[in-house]
Amino acid sequence: MTLTLAEVEHIAQLARLELTPEEKERFRRQLSDILEYAARLQQVDTSGIPPTSSVLPAHSRLRDDEPLPPLPREVVLANAPQQRDNQFQVPPVLE
Amino acid sequence: MSASSGLHTWGVRQALEALESGQISSEELTRACLAQIQRLEGEVNAFITLTGEQALQQARAADQRRAAARRHPDEALPALLGLPLAIKDLLTLAGVRCTCGSRILENFVPPFTATAVQRLLDAGVVVLGKTNTDEFAMGSSTETSAYGQTRNPWDLQRVAGGSSGGSAAAVAARMAPAALGTDTGGSVRQPAAYCGVTGIKPTYGRVSRYGLVAFGSSLDTAGVLARSAADAALLFALMAGCDPRDATTLDLPVTPIDLHARTSLAGLRIGVPREYFIAGIQPEVEQAVRAAIQVLAELGASIREIRLPHTEYALPVYYLIAPAEASANLARYDGVRYGLRAPAGTLEELFTRSRAAGFGAEVKRRIMLGSYALSAGYYDAYYAQAQKVRTLIRRDFEQAFETVDLIATPVAPSTAFRAGEHSDDPLAMYLEDVFTLPTNLAGVPGLAFPVGFDPAGMPVGMQLMGAHFREDLLFQAAHVYQQNSNWHRRTPPLAA
Repeated sequence: MTLTLAEVEHIAQLARLELTPEEKERFRRQLSDILEYAARLQQVDTSGIPPTSSVLPAHSRLRDDEPLPPLPREVVLANAPQQRDNQFQVPPVLE
Repeated sequence: MSASSGLHTWGVRQALEALESGQISSEELTRACLAQIQRLEGEVNAFITLTGEQALQQARAADQRRAAARRHPDEALPALLGLPLAIKDLLTLAGVRCTCGSRILENFVPPFTATAVQRLLDAGVVVLGKTNTDEFAMGSSTETSAYGQTRNPWDLQRVAGGSSGGSAAAVAARMAPAALGTDTGGSVRQPAAYCGVTGIKPTYGRVSRYGLVAFGSSLDTAGVLARSAADAALLFALMAGCDPRDATTLDLPVTPIDLHARTSLAGLRIGVPREYFIAGIQPEVEQAVRAAIQVLAELGASIREIRLPHTEYALPVYYLIAPAEASANLARYDGVRYGLRAPAGTLEELFTRSRAAGFGAEVKRRIMLGSYALSAGYYDAYYAQAQKVRTLIRRDFEQAFETVDLIATPVAPSTAFRAGEHSDDPLAMYLEDVFTLPTNLAGVPGLAFPVGFDPAGMPVGMQLMGAHFREDLLFQAAHVYQQNSNWHRRTPPLAA
């Protein structure tokens, strides 16, 4: 299992990570090794075996659909890197 | 009062008894812990953020409450009133920054408190600070922390383990009588073993994950590290239980942990899985664990060999599922609402540059791996196949617990390794978790506690695993063992 540089760049784009050329090459090599190791899972016969969706005995505990008070706006915005008019501010999306 | 008072060496139960009798005050106890932290923190680096002033205020308030209660003997006091505690910096405490060991959250101050933490605050604990962790708990040595590595109090050249290495080192170094950790693949148990302390990873769904910053949501648990099973059991029972804010917590009564229920292990069936005594395990680790199993037998347990045939697949299954979940969970760090924001001209650049500047190498590696495993064309081959093999691993445990009550294994293949030893080889680092990952994949509880030392003087840990919700059996068995052994009482020379 050997990843190409183009595949690494595609994954980085999916993950919204800007990588340096050195990181791309290092991750290409390391991820190839890890995926090579993980390839041993292909040997396991899993026909008829359901994938795990929960580790606990089946249960679904639903809460009542009652709105609770949200955090105050100023508390939520306290960690914002940039804010304006009580909102999170980001660079323009549309020109 | 200074560290020379010796109060910092007291365990949870001893300290609580002395607080109750009025022999010591919480302020004296807290000052002794803070003095020990001050003395050793430069070498050990167990904490990311200290909350000493706040701790002293909490301690004085606890002392006042006790004094008031002496005038009104009918008033019930909280169970842990005035007990100092350290908290892994992956669990939130409102108003105190929570970095998760990452630059991306260097200045993040959470507006809410984790349920597990809140329950202990309600029980009266005093918070000493937030402990060091691998970045977002991704690591087995705390070397991926953006705030420097934690060093092992038994040998400063060696790692404390991880990811809850700061909590384990703080408890071992007598900086805190107990600490909270989190365990997604061994992050409470492996550092507990490396530092010679006792650590519980509860059943998935037993302790609320609300306020536990998400890593692998089907695997994450919050646990306790302390100097004995009895001490850890006390805190665990107060943290456990249903929480409306975590839909995975089960609405089951928390079985009271009666440590006096057993004076021997008669009637307890303990399985020893062949697959956990593999080639490559450090000989002294195997010897110490086998000797401890012999002690369990002498204390009345019946020992039998069992099989967990899919154990060898746990590591590749985990290192596909955990990064896949992490890649989704860490998508929230985008520089928009909180956390680090890098200078950027467009929104797309804001995402990619903030994440590039804020995340370290191991976190990036796992996000990449997880994104790949979930991506179109590879999902079935990697992620879906891993979840099917996970079912087989779970069934191994279900079948084993039809014939035994507990399973005994080593915690890790070796004792604490030297800092830097695995830094260029992620796979070698991942192998440190080979004996602890299966419990997270199956959701069953695991307890680590010291059962010996290697010739270099490093602690060896044994793991007991139990069926879902049988933490009581884990604590009882380890407590009986600890009443008949002294390994857990040993103190690192540095901390004495």
